[in-house]
Amino acid sequence: MSERELHVSKIGSGTVIDHITAGQALNVLALLGIDGSAGEAVSVAMNVPSDRMGRKDVVKVENRELSQEELDVLSLIAPDATINIIRNYEVVEKNRVDRPPVVSGVLNCPNRDCITNTDEPVVTKFEVLDDGVRCEYCGTIIREDIAGHLAF
Amino acid sequence: MRQLITTKGLSRSAIEEVLDHAAAIDDDIRAHYGRYEGTILGMLFYEPSTRTRMSFETAIKRLGGDAVDMGPVETSSVAKGETLADTARVVEGYVDAIVLRHPRVGAATMVGEFIDIPLINAGDGAGQHPSQTLLDLFTIRENAGLDDLSIGIMGDLKYGRTVHSLAHALTNFDVHQHFISPESLRLPTNVRFDLHEAGAQVREHTSLDDVLPSLDVLYVTRIQRERFPDENEYRAVAGEYQIDQATLENAPADLTIMHPLPRIDEIAPEIDQTEHAAYFEQAHKGVPVRMALLDLMLDDHE
Repeated sequence: MSERELHVSKIGSGTVIDHITAGQALNVLALLGIDGSAGEAVSVAMNVPSDRMGRKDVVKVENRELSQEELDVLSLIAPDATINIIRNYEVVEKNRVDRPPVVSGVLNCPNRDCITNTDEPVVTKFEVLDDGVRCEYCGTIIREDIAGHLAF
Repeated sequence: MRQLITTKGLSRSAIEEVLDHAAAIDDDIRAHYGRYEGTILGMLFYEPSTRTRMSFETAIKRLGGDAVDMGPVETSSVAKGETLADTARVVEGYVDAIVLRHPRVGAATMVGEFIDIPLINAGDGAGQHPSQTLLDLFTIRENAGLDDLSIGIMGDLKYGRTVHSLAHALTNFDVHQHFISPESLRLPTNVRFDLHEAGAQVREHTSLDDVLPSLDVLYVTRIQRERFPDENEYRAVAGEYQIDQATLENAPADLTIMHPLPRIDEIAPEIDQTEHAAYFEQAHKGVPVRMALLDLMLDDHE
């Protein structure tokens, strides 16, 4: 099935995040802090057919170009995501998401004895491993369901 | 070294520097009296402690300095809801170095981000207790040497912070590490991950019997009652990890038995009189080792 059958129209300018792991689109928006409150047009397609992935999600944000640094955090929940920067209906840049060395303030630590799960003025920090993430405070490793630990 | 938070990443040379200096102090402790007159150690203890607190206080006093503490948590500003980050930043202005014990894992890592004076983690929940490891290594080195060593570490390996710190530190040396515990108290995933990454020679066992004859050192830790749902299960499990004369029938003649103390009944009192027992000597070395550590850290900072 070709990707032209998507139920979402092309955008004039902005960012298209394609090949999101099916079911993660809303988490992607949450991770990017995009909730529509800034007035930007946001389109979300979930569980659409994909040649490469079977099913995938797609997110389009109009009139906003997201930086690679902002987007790399998505690699935790959507490692196959591709980023298309659109200007004048043309894709001017196409990138994949890279795993950042560290993510801050994005995940909650599942260890309830961790210092980050207190009233202390401390933001969670996770080292990104090959196959998971690891709390820099208590050392707890999360390998599965990283999206289930998002701090939103 | 400005902060001692964890033994992870502590190099062999950094460890040996402390141990060598501790040996020199231990040989002639009086020669090191009085060097730190006017130096104050801030003791932030959010959990009970006897040995760690007293040996740090003794160490700084023997060096000529003094220690202040915040008293019991119930009568301090903690009871008013002050955060650890705030307390540490306030005390930083009073003292020359801070020794911290806290029930939360990662507490010392966090405090280290807020203060610039030397900081020693004296136990963070089920995390780490690196100064204990230095005195453990000191005792191991004196009794068995630190290379070509086979050590058994037994008891509560899951929550035992002395175990976690020791295991990480031992990866610097040519050591076979045997971990002996009930299935429910085996080493946590993250520690096993690190040992594997460090290329350590590690084996896990549920029984001491098979491995005992091959050991140079047996490091025993306490299995705590509160780790089990009920008294019966606790008794059944804990009983399998106790040491008495009968247990030691198959032990090598020169086996060194260690324990971070306090013990409850993991090591029968009858062992105390044997050549195997090194746990009181181990505890006594807490003073020269902590003197050496403080000297190196305070000196670096000056």
